[in-house]
Amino acid sequence: MSILAVLESSAGRIRNISWEALGAARHLGKLTNQEVTAAVIGAQTESLAAEVAAKHSGQIVRVEHPLLARYTADGFVLALHQFIQNESPTQVVFPHTYQVRDYAPALACRFGQPLIGDVVAIGEGPVFTRQLMQGRLNGDYRPTGNAPCFISVQAGAFRAETSESGADTVTTFTPTIDPAQIRTKPGEPFRASAQTVNLGSAQRIVSVGRGIKDANNLPLVQELAAALGAELAASRPICDNGWLPMERQVGSSGQTVSPKLYLAVGISGAIQHLVGMKGSQCVVAINKDPDAPIFEVADYGIAGDLFDVVPALTEAIKAAKQ
Amino acid sequence: MKIIVAIKQVPERDAPVRINASAKWIDESNLQYAMNEPDAYALEEALRLKEQSGGEVIVISVGPERVGSTIREALAKGADRAIHVACDNLSDRDALGVARLLAAAIQPENPDLVLTGLQSEDLGQGQTGVILAELLGLPHATLILQVEKTETGLKVKRELEEGWFQFIELPTPAVLTIQSGGNKLRYATLMGIKRAKTKEVRQLNAAELAVDAAPVVTLEKITLPKKQKTTQMLPGTPQEAAAALVEKLKFEARVL
Repeated sequence: MSILAVLESSAGRIRNISWEALGAARHLGKLTNQEVTAAVIGAQTESLAAEVAAKHSGQIVRVEHPLLARYTADGFVLALHQFIQNESPTQVVFPHTYQVRDYAPALACRFGQPLIGDVVAIGEGPVFTRQLMQGRLNGDYRPTGNAPCFISVQAGAFRAETSESGADTVTTFTPTIDPAQIRTKPGEPFRASAQTVNLGSAQRIVSVGRGIKDANNLPLVQELAAALGAELAASRPICDNGWLPMERQVGSSGQTVSPKLYLAVGISGAIQHLVGMKGSQCVVAINKDPDAPIFEVADYGIAGDLFDVVPALTEAIKAAKQ
Repeated sequence: MKIIVAIKQVPERDAPVRINASAKWIDESNLQYAMNEPDAYALEEALRLKEQSGGEVIVISVGPERVGSTIREALAKGADRAIHVACDNLSDRDALGVARLLAAAIQPENPDLVLTGLQSEDLGQGQTGVILAELLGLPHATLILQVEKTETGLKVKRELEEGWFQFIELPTPAVLTIQSGGNKLRYATLMGIKRAKTKEVRQLNAAELAVDAAPVVTLEKITLPKKQKTTQMLPGTPQEAAAALVEKLKFEARVL
C-alpha cells in the first residue's frame, strides 16, 4: 500500500508545484499511514531522479522511454497506465498543471475513475476539498470506489516539504509504447511576441476585471493607476475581449505577480486569477459583491460600486500626495 | 465536418449561490442560469469552422428541463440541431458519469470533431472533454485557441502556462477543449432566434442510455471557504471608504 506522486518537470528541472504535490502526498501518507513513491517521467530522467533523491527519502521510479521525450497525452497515458497497473498505488497525486489537466482525466478514466482535480486541502477519511462556483464555495469529495484514486493539487495549496533526503532506491520502469499509438504531433513551444510589460517586477499594480463592464470605462482605472504610479493589469476576460493586451493578464494563463500593493477592481477572484497574485504583500479589493472570493485574500476591502469608489479613491490618493 | 459541441448550463455568473439544506448541493430555487462561457467559445469555434468549410454543428447538453433554454440559445446562434439528454440528478453523478452519458449519445452520430469548453464555471473540474476523448477512443488536445483544418486532420494552437503556446497536429475524428479568447463571441440575431424555434431538439433520456451511473467519487459536503486573511472592510460613503483606505495604505500597510 503506497501513494504515488507523479512529478512534472520543465526544461530538465522538477517544477516547484511538483514539490508541493510531493508535500501533499506526504501529508496524505501521514493521514493514511502509507509510504510515498515519487515518479519522474520522460526520455532521460537520470538527473531528474537525482534531483528528487536529494529531497525525498522514499522510493523513486524513473518512468522512461524514448517516445516520452516530448509530452503527448497519448504517451503519458500509456506509460503511466502500465506503471500504475504494475505499482498498484492506493492514491496517485499530481500537481494541477495544464499538462496534468491534459492527460490525467484520461488516465484516471482507464481505471474507471474521475480525477479529483485542483484539490486545496486533504482531511481525515481521506476527504479531498476543492473549490466550486468560482471559489465561492468549497466541496468535500470522498472516493467510494476501488483504488487507485487520482488527485491533483492546486498551486500554493500545500507546502513543498523537501527536507527529507537520502533515497532508498531508484528504479526504472520501461513502458511498452508503439510510435503509432501516439496520435498527436506537438510543435515546439513559443511565446506570442516579445513582452513589453514585466508585471512581475512591478511594485504596485491596479488590476481590473469584468466589473468594469465596457472598454470605454477603462480610463477610470487608468487614472487610478497613474495616481498610484502603478502598472495596469487585468483578469482574463478583459484580455479575451481585447480591451487590454494579453501581456497585461494576471493569472494561471498570464503573468504571476508579487507587488507590494495589488489593487483589484471589479475582480471576483476566480482561482485562475488568484494563483497569479496571491504572493502580493498587500491586497486591496473593490467589488460590489461582498461575498466575492477576492475578499478572502484581501487585506482591505471596499464593498461598493467601483464607478463611485474608484474616482473617490483616485482623488484621495492625489490629495494625499500633495 | 460534422461537429458536436457539448455545452453545459450553469448558474449565472453573478447569481448568489447558497448551500441547500442537505449541504450536499446548492439551493437551486430562484437561481438564474446561463450557458457556460467556455462552452460558448467552443460553440463559436464550431460555427466558424462550419462557415469556412461547411458541415453541420450539433449541440448536446445533459441536464433537467431548464437546459432547454441554453440549447435554444445555441440554436439561435447558428447550431443546426441539438440533442438534450434529460437527466434530473446531474449533481449525483461524478465527472466520469456525466461524460459517459455524453459519450453514449455522441457515439452513434460519428462526428468528425467534438468540441467543449475547457471547464465549467460551476464545478470547474475541466475533465469532460478529455474523458470524452478516452471513452470515444479519439485523440484530443486541450486549451485550444485556434483550429485550422488541414489535409490530414487539424492543426490547433494550444495555450501553455505563463504566456507560452504550441501548435499540435492531430488526425480527425478528434476531441478539443476550447480556451476562451480565441474568438469573439457572437450574439444571436432576431432571425436566428426565430429560426431556432423550428430546429430539431432530439430528446434522449439518461436512463435509456444504459451507462454506469454510480459515482465513484461523491460530493459529500459543501461549505463556505475559510478566509485566508483577515480582511478589514472599510465602510461608509465612497469618499469615506477611499479616505480610510489611503490612511491604511500609508500608515498601516506602508505601501504608499
